[in-house]
Amino acid sequence: MAQERLAAIAGIHEYPLRVAPGVSSMQIKADSMKRALDDAGLDWGDVDGLYDALDGEGGGGLGLAAYLGIKPRLLDTTQVGGSSYEFHASHALRDIAAGRCNVAVTTYGSTAASMRVPIGTGGMGRGGASWQQNMEAPYGGTLISNYAMVAHRHMHEYGTTTEQLAQISVATRKHAMRNPEAVKAMTDLQFVKVDEITVEDVLESRIIADPLHLLECCMISDGGGAAVFVSPEIARDIKKKPVWIIGAGEATKYRENGGDITTSAGAQSAPAAYGQAGVSPGEIDIAMIYDSFSITVAVMLEDLGFCAKGEVGQFIEDGHLAFDQPGLTLNTDGGGLSSNHPGMRGLFLLLESVRQLRGESNSQVDGAKLAVAHGNGGLLGGTHTGGTVILAAD
Amino acid sequence: MANRPQPSFPEPDTQHFWDGCKEGELRYQTDSDGNVVFYPRGHSTVTGDRGLSWNVSSGLGTVYTYSVVRQNRMPGFQELGAYAVAYIDLDEGFRMMSTIVGVSDPTTDIHIGQRVKVEFEEQAGDDAYPIPVFRPV
Repeated sequence: MAQERLAAIAGIHEYPLRVAPGVSSMQIKADSMKRALDDAGLDWGDVDGLYDALDGEGGGGLGLAAYLGIKPRLLDTTQVGGSSYEFHASHALRDIAAGRCNVAVTTYGSTAASMRVPIGTGGMGRGGASWQQNMEAPYGGTLISNYAMVAHRHMHEYGTTTEQLAQISVATRKHAMRNPEAVKAMTDLQFVKVDEITVEDVLESRIIADPLHLLECCMISDGGGAAVFVSPEIARDIKKKPVWIIGAGEATKYRENGGDITTSAGAQSAPAAYGQAGVSPGEIDIAMIYDSFSITVAVMLEDLGFCAKGEVGQFIEDGHLAFDQPGLTLNTDGGGLSSNHPGMRGLFLLLESVRQLRGESNSQVDGAKLAVAHGNGGLLGGTHTGGTVILAAD
Repeated sequence: MANRPQPSFPEPDTQHFWDGCKEGELRYQTDSDGNVVFYPRGHSTVTGDRGLSWNVSSGLGTVYTYSVVRQNRMPGFQELGAYAVAYIDLDEGFRMMSTIVGVSDPTTDIHIGQRVKVEFEEQAGDDAYPIPVFRPV
């Protein structure tokens, strides 16, 4: 089946610093937009579509356009947690195909590290009255413990081991050590060991919430970036080769009576994305998967169809993941585990997919033609979203 | 420990559930077709119909999954040491988040599939809502 070429990513920028004191999240957003437009060879005034995830100062489309000083004809403030940027790419494909805009931007900026935001361990439910908070706040669950509950159930049902999950951290760190910005990130954030790690290192790191160890958890950093989405007509004239958005899927999942916690929203969003793209999981070269934790990646490898449910442990042992191994390659930028995690990592999944499909990655897979970016937003063991985007080289 | 975080009101969906905790009852809802609705809401999540019935659970259930929190920077939990957070599948067919008490070491004494029973943990303060927690049986 011929793939349609309806929208492309034309320019990208990743904010290089993970510790950026004295810089505001809004400045990171504006700076990243300018540099992403430069990457594409487009101008500030060309932007006629704006997607935002209520990050920065939280105004969304209402506040960001004013800050930037632009008047787009399409505003979309979709906030679904860390997968917001996959949803933005999905919406850009839809909106550009419908002629609603031609040059659209999504930006991200966060100073979570400088502000000392305890994202994973701060406890939840400090907000006002809500039906869900009232049922969960008394128990002191943390974000990490929520994901850890998924890991425990996955281990119980399928025999998945910590040693297998640790391989995800090991492969990701290997890629991070090849990415100078990731190395600087780990140095600036005072990682105990800025080097490749072993399964033993992961197992010997302290447990944060059973069964997840420190080295199975993403960092908290500053950071941000931007991506520029364009129509096929614009894509013909940009500075670099366009990377085509050929399929997208969206889904949500939540705690349900009798539900299966080991299956995520990705099991719904991925088939939709593959279907639109007309490709199968076996054709994918690069998997950029939101690695908030090792278990997130493990569940997504199954839900994205790279192996059957429950078989990810064997899949990992069969020798995938690292860029110099055969088969599927994972998170070649170093991921949230070892490169950056300012709170919503979804944007970086798109950015590294673009680098791979342009041939610009620090851990380049020769001849990479197809990538999947899959974001998970919210709580894997509770209410979350899954956003799947299939990207193709020109 | 300091009191657990209390539910906040006004919050119309969960008020009756928490009133039940003061009565020593673990309450859940069903719709007119018998579908179990939990967490409490004003509508059936299967049909959208309003007018749900309230029922009282036996309080018996099974640990579906759990984690032991070793690090929580939130006041009240910060100094507690390791404690469990779990999803409990009640015998009537609803799943709730809770904690497991009455184990000497939560990192070794809790397992998936364990049978547990609800109890209501008193909290300091005249109008405080007791918190439903679970103990192995």
